[in-house]
Amino acid sequence: MSRVRFLVNGAPAELDVPGMRRLLDVLREDLGLTGTKEGCGEGECGACSVLLDGQVVDSCLVPMSQVDGRIVRTVEGLALAARERGMLDTLQDAFLTFGAAQCGICTPGMLMAARAYLDAGGGPGSDTIREAIAGNLCRCTGYQKIVEAIAAVAAGDLA
Amino acid sequence: MTTRTMPRPAVAPERSAADALVLNPGAATRGRAAGFPRRREGPAKLTGAAKYTDDLVFPGAWYGATIRSTEARARLLAVELDPDVDWSGVVVVTAADIPGENLVASIKEDQPVLVPIGGEIRHHSEPVALLAGPNQATVRRLKSRIKLVTEALPPVFDPEASDHVFAAYEIGSTDVEAAFDGADVVLEGEYRVGHQEQLYIENNAMIAVPGEDGEMAVHGSLQCPYYVHRAMKKTLGLTATQARVVQAETGGGFGGKEEYPSIIALHAALLAGKCGRPVRMIYDRHEDIAATTKRHPAIVRHRTAARADGTLLAMDIDVVMDGGAYCTLTPVVLSRGALHAGGPYRCPSVRIRARATRTNTPPNGAFRGFGAPQTEFAMETHLNRLAERLGLSPAEIRRRNAYVLGDVTPTGQVLRESVAATEVLELAVEASEFERLRAATARAAAERSGSGTVPTSAFRSGAARTATGVGLALAWHGAGFTGSGEVHIGSVAAVELTAEGLVRVLVAATEMGQGTSTIFPIMVSGELGIPADAVEMAAVDTAIVPDSGPTVASRTAMVVGGLCIEAARRLRAEVEIRNAGRPFREVYLADAAAHGATRIEQQFEPYPGISFDDATYRGDAYPAFGWAACVARVEVDLDTAEVAVRDVVAVDDVGKVIHPILCEGQVEGGTLQAVGYATIEEIKLEDGRYLNDRLATYLIPTALDAPAMTTILVESPFSGAPHGAKGVGELPMDVGAPAVIAAIHDAVGVWITELPATPERILAALHGPGKAVA
Repeated sequence: MSRVRFLVNGAPAELDVPGMRRLLDVLREDLGLTGTKEGCGEGECGACSVLLDGQVVDSCLVPMSQVDGRIVRTVEGLALAARERGMLDTLQDAFLTFGAAQCGICTPGMLMAARAYLDAGGGPGSDTIREAIAGNLCRCTGYQKIVEAIAAVAAGDLA
Repeated sequence: MTTRTMPRPAVAPERSAADALVLNPGAATRGRAAGFPRRREGPAKLTGAAKYTDDLVFPGAWYGATIRSTEARARLLAVELDPDVDWSGVVVVTAADIPGENLVASIKEDQPVLVPIGGEIRHHSEPVALLAGPNQATVRRLKSRIKLVTEALPPVFDPEASDHVFAAYEIGSTDVEAAFDGADVVLEGEYRVGHQEQLYIENNAMIAVPGEDGEMAVHGSLQCPYYVHRAMKKTLGLTATQARVVQAETGGGFGGKEEYPSIIALHAALLAGKCGRPVRMIYDRHEDIAATTKRHPAIVRHRTAARADGTLLAMDIDVVMDGGAYCTLTPVVLSRGALHAGGPYRCPSVRIRARATRTNTPPNGAFRGFGAPQTEFAMETHLNRLAERLGLSPAEIRRRNAYVLGDVTPTGQVLRESVAATEVLELAVEASEFERLRAATARAAAERSGSGTVPTSAFRSGAARTATGVGLALAWHGAGFTGSGEVHIGSVAAVELTAEGLVRVLVAATEMGQGTSTIFPIMVSGELGIPADAVEMAAVDTAIVPDSGPTVASRTAMVVGGLCIEAARRLRAEVEIRNAGRPFREVYLADAAAHGATRIEQQFEPYPGISFDDATYRGDAYPAFGWAACVARVEVDLDTAEVAVRDVVAVDDVGKVIHPILCEGQVEGGTLQAVGYATIEEIKLEDGRYLNDRLATYLIPTALDAPAMTTILVESPFSGAPHGAKGVGELPMDVGAPAVIAAIHDAVGVWITELPATPERILAALHGPGKAVA
C-alpha cells in the first residue's frame, strides 16, 4: 500500500492503494466514477481513456504509482462547469447533435481523446482527427459522425 | 412511390421548438439533427451517467467465473476440487445443481448449460463448472484449482466432412441442367468466408439477483429479454413471474447478444441461487472472444449460365455453413443465407442447396446480416467475375438482371411492390461517378503494366507505389423474420395513456445504440399529434413490458414500430371518441384525469397477401425486401498488398426513414463492419481453439482504417407496415464486402475469393499461376 494524492475532475483525492492497482479500477470502484469503461484491459480499445495531466492515456495501463501528484480528468469532469447549468459542454453537445454516440460504451473514452486533441489546438481536418482518435475503437458508427462532430467543434461551428 | 433523402449540409436551419430534449439550446440551434429529436439516452451516455451492467452496484454481490474446457472434444469424467484448498468461503456449481432441464432454450435444444459428468465436451471453452466468491482475487485463485478430468475424443473441424447436419434446404428448381445447354457462357466459382466476431465494445455481462418467493432477476447486456426469460423458466424451473429479466444499458450487440446472454444469465442465476446473494458474471474481452458466438463460416459454390449480353439463364448454388458445436440459431441463419444466395437478380432457373453441419468449434450464431453477408459476398463476386468474362461493366450486368416489379424469386415469390434494386444501383453509380472512376483506374493500370522495370514482377511497374480501384455491389435483404416467423411468435406491443397523463410505449425492443428509444416516441407521437418528448419509453423489464419479440432481424422499426403505430391510432380513436371528437393532443391530459389509464395492446397480425410454406420453401419468404448498393474505392499498396478503403458511397432503401441521423448511423456502422469483414477481420484456429482471442490480435477497423462515407437513403415503402419501414440494421452489412473485393480486383487484377483479403492472400493471388497482373 502506498499513499497516492491526485486531483480528479478538480477535486483532491487521497487513497492508500497498492502501487500497481490500475487507475481504471480506482476510478470505477473506489471513487464510483463508472463513466470510464473497460473494454479489453490491455490498452487496445481506448474505452478507458482519461486525461492525465492533459494527455490521453488508457487508464487500464496506468498503475496508481504513476498517478501521485497528477491531474486526472474523466468524462464526468468534462461538463463540470456546463453541468451545473444542466447542460452538456460543446463537445458532448456536438456528439449528440451529429449522432456520434450510438451504444455509448466507447463514447466517454472517445470524448476524452477528442478533448485532448482540441485542447492541443487540433484543427477541423479529417486526417488529423482520425489520427487523434485512432486509439479509440467504435463498432457502431463507422467513425464518420464522430469525425464530423469533432471537426465542427474544432472549426468553432458550435461554440 | 419512392422518395430519397440526401445528406444534409453541415449547418442546418433552426430546430423546431417542439424538440424539448435539447440540453444545450444555444448550440443545438445549428445542429445537423434539426427537426428531429436527439438521441433520447444520449445525454446520459455523453456524461458517463448511463449505467451499463458492470456499472450497476448490488451490495454484497459475489463475483462469478466459468470453468471451461480446454479441448475441442472429450468425455468429461470428473470435476475435481483441489483437496488442499479451503472451499468453504465460495460456491461451486456443476450440472448436478441444475434444478430444471440442463439445456439452453433454443431451436433444437442440444446445448447443455454445463457439461454433465459422463457427458461430451464438444468445443474448446465450453462451460463445465461455475465458481463464485466474495472477491475477484479469491475467484481467480481458486478457479485454477478446479481440474477437469477428461478422455479425449476425435474432433471434426471440416464442415464438409461432418456427418451431423443441423439443417438443410433445397430451394427453387429441381432441375437446372437443361438451362446450361446452349448458354453462351458458363462460369463456376468457389467462395469462402471465415468466422467474424461481433466485437461490441461492451463485453457480455449479467448480474443475477435472488429475491423473495423464489424470484430470480437478472440485469444484463442483452438484445432479447424474453429469450433469456424463457431460458430461465426452463432451466431453473421458475414461473413466468419468478423469472425476471431487466436490460441494462447495452454497449452494442450486432447479434452477439441475441442468444448467448441466455447461458450467461443461467450461469449467474445458478450461482446466485446457490450462494443466496447477487452474483456478477462480467466477461473480460478474452473470455468473450474465446467462448461466445461468431458469424458462421461458409463455403459457397456457384455455377452460372448466361447469355453473351449478360442475361442470367441459370444459377446452381451450393452453400455449406459451419454451425460449430451446437445448433443455436443455425437453421434460421442458414435459411436466410440460402434465400439470399441468388442475390437481387431475375433468373428463370435457380437451384439453391444449403446445409449446415456440426463441428467441434464454439457454436456460431447471430451476427448482423444473419447468413446473407456470406452468400451475397459469393453472389456479387461471382457476378462481377461474370461481367469481367463478358466484357461488361459491373453496373451494366446488374442493370440487365436486377429485379423489377413483377419478377419472381427462387421461392416463387412475386415482387409486387417496393422493389428499388435499380434505383439504388443507379444512385450509387451516379453519386460515385463509378464509370468515370473505372475508366481512370483502367488507364492507370495500363500505364503501370507498360512501365515495369522487371517484366515478371507484379509490383515493379514504374513509379506507382499504389494502385487505385473501384468496385460495385448490389444486395437485397428480407425485411423482418423469415417465412412465417412473425406469425409464430405473435408479438405484442402496448401504448398506454397513464392516469398521470403520460403516454408510455411498452415494448421488449432493446436500445443497444441503434436508436430504439428515440424512434418509438417519434412514431407514436406522430400518430397522436403530440411532441415526441411527451412520449415515455417503459423500462425494458419483463415484469413491465409485453413480449414484442426479439430485437433482431432488422424488425424493430418495421414490425414492432408498426404495432406501436397501430396501438397509438387505436388509443387516439378511443380518447377522441370519448371526448366528442376533439383532437387527442387537446384532450388527453383531461381524459387521463377523468378516466384514469387507457392501455392499448396490439398483437401482430399477418401481413395481407403474404404466405410462406415452411415445408416446401415456396411462397413469400419475406413480406418485403430492402435494397442496397455500395461503391467502394480502395488503394492497394503495390509493395505490401495492404488495402486501404478510401471512400464508400452507400445507397440503402429502408422503406421509410424514421430519423435520418440515426438511420445514416446504421448504414455507416454496418458498412464499416463489412469493410472489416472484407479486409482484416479473421479468426485463426488451432485444434478448435481461436488463436487470436484478444483485442490485440483480433483486429477491427480504427478511425484511420475507415473510409469517408457518403450515405444516400431511399424510401420505397412497404404497404403492409403502417409507416412503410423495412428496417435498416442488416442491409449495409450485405453489400460492403463484395464492393471492396471488386475494387481490389479493379486495382490489381486478381479476384480474392476468400475473405478477408489479407495482404498474404492478395500476394498469393498475384503470384499464383495463370493470374492476370494489372
